[in-house]
Amino acid sequence: MSRALIAMSGGVDSSVAAYLTKEAGYDCIGATMRLFTNDDANVSREKSCCSVEDTELARAAAFRLGFPYYVFDFTGDFREKVIEPFIAAYENGRTPNPCINCNRYLKFESLFRRARELGCEYIVTGHYAVIEEKNGRMLLKKAVDETKDQSYVLYSLTQEQLRHTLFPLGGTEKTETRRIAAESGLANADKPDSQDICFVPDGDYAAVLRNYTGRTYPAGEIRDKYGRVLGTHGGIIHYTMGQRKGIGLALPAPVYVTDIIPETNTIVVGPNEDLFTRTLIADDFNWIAFDTPPEKLRARAKIRYKQPEKDAEVSALPDGRVKIVFDEPVRAVTKGQAAVVYDDEGYVLGGGTICAKGDEDA
Amino acid sequence: MNNESVLTPVYADNAATTKLGPAALRAMIEACEDAFANPSSPHTPGQRAAKLLWASRERIAACIGADAREITFTSGGTEADNLAVLTAAAGEKRHIISTVIEHHAVLRPLERLRRRGYEIELLPVGKNGIVDLEDLRRALRPDTALVSVMTANNEIGTVQPIREIGGLCRAAGVPFHTDAVQAAGHLPIDVRGMNTDLLSASAHKFHGPKGVGFLYARRGTELYPQLLGGSQERGKRAGTENLPAIAGMAAALEEAVSSMAENNAKTARLRDRIIAGILSAVPGARLNGDREKRLANNLNIMIPGANAEAMILLLDGAGIAVSSGAACASGAGELSHVLTAIGLAEEDARCCLRITPGEDLTEAQAEYIVAAVARAAQRIRSI
Repeated sequence: MSRALIAMSGGVDSSVAAYLTKEAGYDCIGATMRLFTNDDANVSREKSCCSVEDTELARAAAFRLGFPYYVFDFTGDFREKVIEPFIAAYENGRTPNPCINCNRYLKFESLFRRARELGCEYIVTGHYAVIEEKNGRMLLKKAVDETKDQSYVLYSLTQEQLRHTLFPLGGTEKTETRRIAAESGLANADKPDSQDICFVPDGDYAAVLRNYTGRTYPAGEIRDKYGRVLGTHGGIIHYTMGQRKGIGLALPAPVYVTDIIPETNTIVVGPNEDLFTRTLIADDFNWIAFDTPPEKLRARAKIRYKQPEKDAEVSALPDGRVKIVFDEPVRAVTKGQAAVVYDDEGYVLGGGTICAKGDEDA
Repeated sequence: MNNESVLTPVYADNAATTKLGPAALRAMIEACEDAFANPSSPHTPGQRAAKLLWASRERIAACIGADAREITFTSGGTEADNLAVLTAAAGEKRHIISTVIEHHAVLRPLERLRRRGYEIELLPVGKNGIVDLEDLRRALRPDTALVSVMTANNEIGTVQPIREIGGLCRAAGVPFHTDAVQAAGHLPIDVRGMNTDLLSASAHKFHGPKGVGFLYARRGTELYPQLLGGSQERGKRAGTENLPAIAGMAAALEEAVSSMAENNAKTARLRDRIIAGILSAVPGARLNGDREKRLANNLNIMIPGANAEAMILLLDGAGIAVSSGAACASGAGELSHVLTAIGLAEEDARCCLRITPGEDLTEAQAEYIVAAVARAAQRIRSI
């Protein structure tokens, strides 16, 4: 019987994934990763040392399903691989997606390694995505329930990781997941899906940055694209591409953040149409579908988690980076976010981090 | 491997808790059956309970060289530590000295006092985990309300020079508390010879029941009650006494003290064999804490590259129960403030195994632990 380590958060998805894995006959162990301390997340020390309530739910689900459960301390890895890059990204005028790094480095590296140390052949998560093997190659595909599809945050998976990963929920609808949770008596069937960044409990990421680094983020100039100074901003870390609220300028027409320039500590604003561009470059690119990608291919790409893919021409550059040229201009290409490329059938061809937009570096 | 089943299971996590001993169990059953009444009641059943309570107090006091009236029963080591530390807040003095390697049952109440405006000075320890007496001498001030230094550390087993520390405090006129939770029942304790004013202990660390402990407070040391209500424990700790647990604790402590010399000699010998065995079988392994000044049943070993959480589960699979030191409420290993205080890098502190065997450990089991640790470390390092 194959051993499987199930990453459990106490939420409904991972609990049902655990249930389905157990039903499928695997020898299961459950695990929750302890990812940050209250000091990392700027929460008072008086509160519990970690999210004890969630681990209690996960533990209860594991005990109910009849397998052992552990909490592993990965606070060191999380600091190094998620929190610090998250901070560095904002400081460099980018808008990071920490969940992608957490999947990549914590779930599929630290926890993956722990699973192997403990003799587990598979790691199981409650992600909504499908893993398929085709002609000896492991492929990643969108979930059957497209509204829940999480393939976008999984583009970094390697062949080795995909070969030893199970996503039991990839083929189920979320309503079905809730039904299984209720029927199998898993107590958390109605627990709402998590939304926030876990280590930014109240959404105030700027406070996390300040607390963590001890730095202050100086005010700077807000300019238009012609270089005219329109006002001052309260530190570039507070802004993201396409943002309209909180710019604090009283102008006759609405303006949006169209660029963030860390070198000069400047925010550039402009009308909505300035946000549209057809081209972007992504680096740190992982191809799932190919060992060696074709030089050019027609595909569909998406540059934000909750956004449909758009037709594009994708070129693998000689230096490993990838250039994506959309057929139609797309709004607010944001450095630091992921660009993920799909084919027409919903297979993830590959993905990377947006490092340049428009013709900046093309 | 047929003889593995003869060797296992090996419970080697006695610093976390011990199994209830037979004498304690008998005492508890007797207390439940014969002395169930409330010791505060004047009727005959109440008198019987009160008599057992007093006898238990006397027996415990005798084990540590105290007077029965100096013993306050508590719900365990944590409550005893809290009561002792917060006692410092009863007076006018605002300076408290402790160490960086104390248990959280001491550190957390100190943090609370710090937020209330107290000046908390935590002394460092050397690489061996021992406090420098000169540091203490320099830190003592006329306005020092309390010094709190643990007798033996729960993670690395290091034993502090308590008598000397107590002597310095006595000379300076400062009350001295020692958290003896890991030491009671394992090291000879003589509160007068050790110059202590306050001493905490917990029954489940010496084969007594969980949920009971005591605080010794030298006569004249004013306690500042934390639980308010009835006038039990001379008004210093309200709540009907947990008599079966108290009776069990008295029996367990007497038992531990009477067999201490013999047990310690044997356990220390096996401990040293395990240390030598692991250090020679596992490349790069290092002993944490002082080589000599440590509890007979504690060894804490750093195995670089072998994460302790994984080691614990692999050893568990081999029938051996050990730990990585203190655990957080979720059960995750928490980065140890003790290991970082003795100079370990975060990475290394996550690779430390605490092995605390019981008095019943056999030589064959000791060898088995060495082999299993070596095997698990090799496996993890190979991935």
